[in-house]
Amino acid sequence: MKVRIEVVAIDSLMVRLFDSIDEANMPWMLAASQRLSAALGTHLLDLVPSYTTLMVQFDLPPAEAKALILQALDGLQPDTGSAGRRHEIPVWYHASVGPELPVLAARSGLSEDEVIRLHSERDYPVFALGFAPGFGFMGLVDPQLATPRLSTPRKRVAAGSVGIAERQTAAYPAVSPGGWNLIGRTPVRLFDREREGYSLLQPGDRVRFVAVSHAQFLALGGDDSPLEAGA
Amino acid sequence: MKQLMIEASTPLCQLQDGGRFGVRHLGVTQGGALDWVAMYWANWLLGNALDAPVIEVALGGFSVLAEQDCVLALAGADLDARVDDQPLAAWRSFTLAKGQRLTLRQPKQGVRAYLAAPGGFHGEAVLGSCATVVREELGGIDGLGAALGKGQMLSFAGSPAALCEVPEALRPGYPQKPLLDLVMGAQIGDFSGTSLFEAFNSDWTLDSRADRMGIRLLGPQLVYQGAPMISEGIPLGAVQVPPDGQPIVLLNDRQTIGGYPRLGALTPLALAQLAQCMPGVSVRFRAVVQDEAWRGQQAYLQRWR
Repeated sequence: MKVRIEVVAIDSLMVRLFDSIDEANMPWMLAASQRLSAALGTHLLDLVPSYTTLMVQFDLPPAEAKALILQALDGLQPDTGSAGRRHEIPVWYHASVGPELPVLAARSGLSEDEVIRLHSERDYPVFALGFAPGFGFMGLVDPQLATPRLSTPRKRVAAGSVGIAERQTAAYPAVSPGGWNLIGRTPVRLFDREREGYSLLQPGDRVRFVAVSHAQFLALGGDDSPLEAGA
Repeated sequence: MKQLMIEASTPLCQLQDGGRFGVRHLGVTQGGALDWVAMYWANWLLGNALDAPVIEVALGGFSVLAEQDCVLALAGADLDARVDDQPLAAWRSFTLAKGQRLTLRQPKQGVRAYLAAPGGFHGEAVLGSCATVVREELGGIDGLGAALGKGQMLSFAGSPAALCEVPEALRPGYPQKPLLDLVMGAQIGDFSGTSLFEAFNSDWTLDSRADRMGIRLLGPQLVYQGAPMISEGIPLGAVQVPPDGQPIVLLNDRQTIGGYPRLGALTPLALAQLAQCMPGVSVRFRAVVQDEAWRGQQAYLQRWR
């Protein structure tokens, strides 16, 4: 891990910590986020973590901000203890709400049950939130499940849809366009303006998807209406 | 409490303010007035906080009827504003008497006008801001992200200030071919030499594919020679270059992270100028370094202090 700082805008610097996507980055990224928040205090306008970087927006002269950032990250140690919550997210894996479930099975030569087992048997770190409020980019899924995005994105993906793109997985917090391969749906609300912190998932959290039956999905408040025909 | 009744509106007429901050890590975009300079002046004319909620009207098609006598302020584009049938000049505060109608008809110069009210227009603040972001269903009058619609009421509660205008020398001009300052970013060295020359020596034409997320520019094809990027945070004004080589300037409602290489990011003043450019207009970029841009911005902000 080597800290590099790059200019990105008049009031923003990119703090680059790594060069590739790796779960092992996360404890370092969390530790760096905490130190930067503390060091910049009220001068920090926004801190945008992604897989390998932290974008820092500030209301300070850039040279001062850069000095504070370098000082804050000096001797950085990974945060392996307290940081990040673990969520169990129930998913009804079914072709009616996850039309690519049979597609993934056929592609990989696995049964649908094996696809479900592989998707739900490991904890995924939340690398970053983006695309939409509360949309967490998670991974990495088993290589057998890796599937490119749809060549033509859907105009409408239902809220709660769980999908795979390459080796990443995510759940759509709200209805939106989307190009991920859908394999199921969760009844959980991922973004709620009334919730403290708004988003269920925060960068650095860990997620385990848990397969539930159709009946359990409905009992948890899930909406099983199929995707719009042809959407 | 005073009120205006909206008699005509479009999806491009929205409640906006300075935008949302401290929530970008949740995937929540910034939002806020695209031409922050005009928003500041509209609010300044009434003694408001400079980023108090205003109405952003793009291209016209907006009309309100006063339910009480009130004082309002207008700044930004010339959208052929009228009080009843009388032309109304921008960059000043004005009275709108009970029963009078303010109409912003169509663009004569610039694109976006800003209407302010004493104390700011009321909206439901969500995640710290009233900024309307339709895609995220955040902000606006009811907090659910809708643009302003016919039949809705705009309300405000501040006291009217004495009528005044923005000194002419301080008003921003809307030049035919703006020169936009671009803070050079980290990937700039990964574009081909020819591309770098062309980036700063060619005219770039605003495409009609433009919204509050971003504006596409048409011109020479820029060639990125660096390694593919992993998605990272996108600052306001980032000039990203997708594989087709045609840059996109990312604006207030942009996605929060993305993986296209960037030339850098426009300065706030350049963004305010760009917000007043119609599709088809040509712009040029001027490369600046971060420290110089920062000092220039601080100097510009002195006019409101």
